[in-house]
Amino acid sequence: MTSTTFTVERGRVRMFARAIGEHGTVHDDLAVARAAGHPDLLVPPTFFFTAEIEEPDAFAFVADHGVGPDETILHGEQRFDYRAPVHAGDVLEIVPGESTATAKKGGALLLLERSTVFLRDGQEVARSMTLLVVPREVAPA
Amino acid sequence: MRPGEVLEPFSLPPVTRTTLALFAGASGDHNPIHVDLDFAREAGYDDVFAHGMLSMAWLGRALESWVGPERIRSFGVRFVHLTHVGDVPTCRATVRSVAADRETAELDLEVVLADGTVTLAGHATVDIPVSRSGGETA
Repeated sequence: MTSTTFTVERGRVRMFARAIGEHGTVHDDLAVARAAGHPDLLVPPTFFFTAEIEEPDAFAFVADHGVGPDETILHGEQRFDYRAPVHAGDVLEIVPGESTATAKKGGALLLLERSTVFLRDGQEVARSMTLLVVPREVAPA
Repeated sequence: MRPGEVLEPFSLPPVTRTTLALFAGASGDHNPIHVDLDFAREAGYDDVFAHGMLSMAWLGRALESWVGPERIRSFGVRFVHLTHVGDVPTCRATVRSVAADRETAELDLEVVLADGTVTLAGHATVDIPVSRSGGETA
């Protein structure tokens, strides 16, 4: 569970923004972003999840909690907290936190929760929380 | 913003397979369940379905349309129901409360389909926009 570095590329921000329907905004148009006082394209609010899953081992913690490769894993909840705007050209350090596993409904659901902190020049700019839900067969009582 | 105020709904076009393919590439979520019909059928679904994070991204656009970029302090959702190709999502918000200093507001958020199905339910804390005249916007 080591931290990784993610460079926020302008083309990636624009591609992400256009894929969610942004056209001519601070997220996909450099002239619009600069006119609004931004040094470069502003990352959209949920772009941090994309930065997070870029790391190939981003979900290694799931297996660490005994979830098998063939089990169904659902994205139950997602949350972001923002401290400072992030722009194309920034270099982020992505620091995964400890993950927790909690059994619910008599073991019919396994909830996996993990928080991640995003740093720029050592200062926190955002953090995310992901809750994954693993439905499981429960033997009748 | 006032408690109980309902913000202008943010409408989205019908979900297309092209949108899902573009978001798969752009977001880095390459799970074939969202883009590969053969894979989806083998997994027991009738068709591919949208990424949950795509709906959250739309809700993020809606939030920025309501309060402006850089005014979102926190933003969280529960993924409640799948979104399918052809669905027409709309993002909605209701002001739950306004801080005593009137600098921040708590918003209840949801993404709903044309038939009323709620696909995402969420919450955000936002900085309240200030109008150019210096007063608070209505």
